[in-house]
Amino acid sequence: MPPTSPKKHGGEQQPDTNSGQKSQRSKAARVSDDAADKKTRRLKDAEISFPIVYGTISFWLGKKASEFNSHKWTVYVRSATNEDLSVIIKRAVFQLHPSFNNPTRVVESAPFELSESGWGEFEIAITLFFHNDVCDKQLDLYHQLKLYPEDDNGPQSTKKPVVVETYDEIVFSEPTEAFFLRVQNHPAAFVPRLPAGLNLPLPGPIEHVNEKKRGDTKDHPLSQWFMNFSEADELLKLAAARQQVQAHIVKLRRQLSMIDGLPQQSKTASGQ
Amino acid sequence: MDAKDILGLPKNSFPAAQEKKPRPPKDSQRKPDGVSREVYALTGGMAPLMPSIEVSHLKKRPNSEKEKITWQWLSFTSSARTDNLQLYHWVRVVNGVPPTGDYSFAKYNKSVDILRYTDEEYEKHLIDPMWTKEETDQLFDLCERFDLRFIVIADRFPSSRSVEELKSRYYSVNRALLIARAPSPSDVSGHPLVKEPYNMVHEIERKRALSAVLSQTKQQERRDAEILAEAKRIMESRMASKSAEDAEMPVNPTGNETEKATAPAESVSPSTNIHPSSSTAAPATATTESASTPASLRMLRVYLRTHVLDQMVQAASSTAGLRTIKRVDQTLQDLGVHVKPKVPTKAVCAEHLELRKEILTLLNLQKQLQNKEAEASANRDSSYAEAPSTPKRSYRADVDRPFVPDSVGFGGERAAKRDHKRKAPGRFIDAPPSPPQSKRPRKLKASD
Repeated sequence: MPPTSPKKHGGEQQPDTNSGQKSQRSKAARVSDDAADKKTRRLKDAEISFPIVYGTISFWLGKKASEFNSHKWTVYVRSATNEDLSVIIKRAVFQLHPSFNNPTRVVESAPFELSESGWGEFEIAITLFFHNDVCDKQLDLYHQLKLYPEDDNGPQSTKKPVVVETYDEIVFSEPTEAFFLRVQNHPAAFVPRLPAGLNLPLPGPIEHVNEKKRGDTKDHPLSQWFMNFSEADELLKLAAARQQVQAHIVKLRRQLSMIDGLPQQSKTASGQ
Repeated sequence: MDAKDILGLPKNSFPAAQEKKPRPPKDSQRKPDGVSREVYALTGGMAPLMPSIEVSHLKKRPNSEKEKITWQWLSFTSSARTDNLQLYHWVRVVNGVPPTGDYSFAKYNKSVDILRYTDEEYEKHLIDPMWTKEETDQLFDLCERFDLRFIVIADRFPSSRSVEELKSRYYSVNRALLIARAPSPSDVSGHPLVKEPYNMVHEIERKRALSAVLSQTKQQERRDAEILAEAKRIMESRMASKSAEDAEMPVNPTGNETEKATAPAESVSPSTNIHPSSSTAAPATATTESASTPASLRMLRVYLRTHVLDQMVQAASSTAGLRTIKRVDQTLQDLGVHVKPKVPTKAVCAEHLELRKEILTLLNLQKQLQNKEAEASANRDSSYAEAPSTPKRSYRADVDRPFVPDSVGFGGERAAKRDHKRKAPGRFIDAPPSPPQSKRPRKLKASD
């Protein structure tokens, strides 16, 4: 049994004496005590992250466009690897502009998306609710719906949509053991490092270096428009930048030390 | 005017015409029919929205021929009285038939139902050392007479007993009776009196406390409020220190600083989450995103990577001024790095933070160098040529941007060739630059 002692619940190792405290189950076998333990004990120094992408895709309606219905758009939250997010998300609530009918739209199952039509751009508030064993708190995301393309030149095309996506990662720190065991092998999850002392089989070799979309494997009708998010690219740039900065720092330090050696020369002239 | 343009209305409104227009309709309103003009003026010159009195109704007499109504002085009895007293009052008689029924106010004669006990019951259940049967009887009589108004009863009670004592006796008798008379204990266990018996001591104490609170002076009230607030604060800090017992909490900025972040919506939720713990902010150094996640993050349970990155950035640059932060951002852009990473994975965020820290170091070093050089050249001869009209600002800006995104590549060495909106020949640190104006104090005079 892991020797961790997280803040909230003491590491109760003797199920028999403490089974009475977990009031939700009967005083049954050791197995169920164990299960309940896993539900409440949290793994310190552990975290699971779920890379997600959320955003909007909007199509101009072309000939069918009217004054109040010029674009057809979809707002969604998807896994960055196009896996199934319902492993953690219980439901997603999209809060639209009040001019919409029932501006609070609830989506109870994957894919967590919502399609609508309209004419205006506004900020959509997305609230994610997680399953009970995942997290009690909800998470809020905000996204500005964009209907019109950047370059405002002339006719829009009904074939090419305006896509705005944001990459982010949902991080669960100190997950409960039960939750951790449930999802650690799921393809949508990313576990940076196993918590200390936990002897579990390592998850499959899923290296999330390239969060590329796999449109073929996930047959979403809009998957052709999903953006690529390459972590490697960004890392490369960052590394290059750091090198430059470090080189510059070295240079400056040299100069500073040079100047520090010089002051005597300049002072002689002014005859203090 | 423009509105009229848009609406396509003709623009021919002369002020004179406008004045005259509202007047005629008002005049016509002043001649209503049936009511005199002055009366109408009382209501503000306009007809009331709802007609208060139908004028037509004022003429006719209602119910003229239907029934024959007379008023007679008749006697009556009331069921509320027990003594058959006959009183007289005016009665509206319709067609010679007087109204029937009880006195109309008799229905308000309510009274409380008091349980009465038999002597037998008294012997069995209700004997109490403090009370004689006589007293108990008197009490119950008074209760019935005065509808359980114990204040009055206490006043009328022959021997002096306090209100609480009387209440206590009454309720305990009732309780005992209830239990005794109930067919089974479970029947009556729902009764409020059975569930919570009257507690005399408690009542006395409560009333005493209440009167004490009522009679508090203003000063005492203020003192109490202060003490409560202090206690609350202590409680909170105790709770916060308990939850933040793990070391190395980053310097948690107050709510203000977090709101300065570029996406206020995003940072509001983490800042509200962090706030309880920030009250005991142990100013530790900002941690790197390694195994030791800060306690504040752990409290969050779930968060977005970008939220956290924003906070870390804030924490890291909390010692720097706004200008420095802008310079850092500018440097990042010059280096070709997104100010907010487009793919914020754990690794990317870590690198980003490190880069920011290094840039801060760089800027600090630059500043130091500037200062040193200013000192150094200020000690040189004053005859040294002044900077060829180098305005302060342009010089600063020059040094601020060592990494201009040029095809020339890295370095301000080539800055001289640039022609950004600056007058001075861009010079970088290589060539000893002319001293910035601000750093040239009176020392020039010192050279003899």
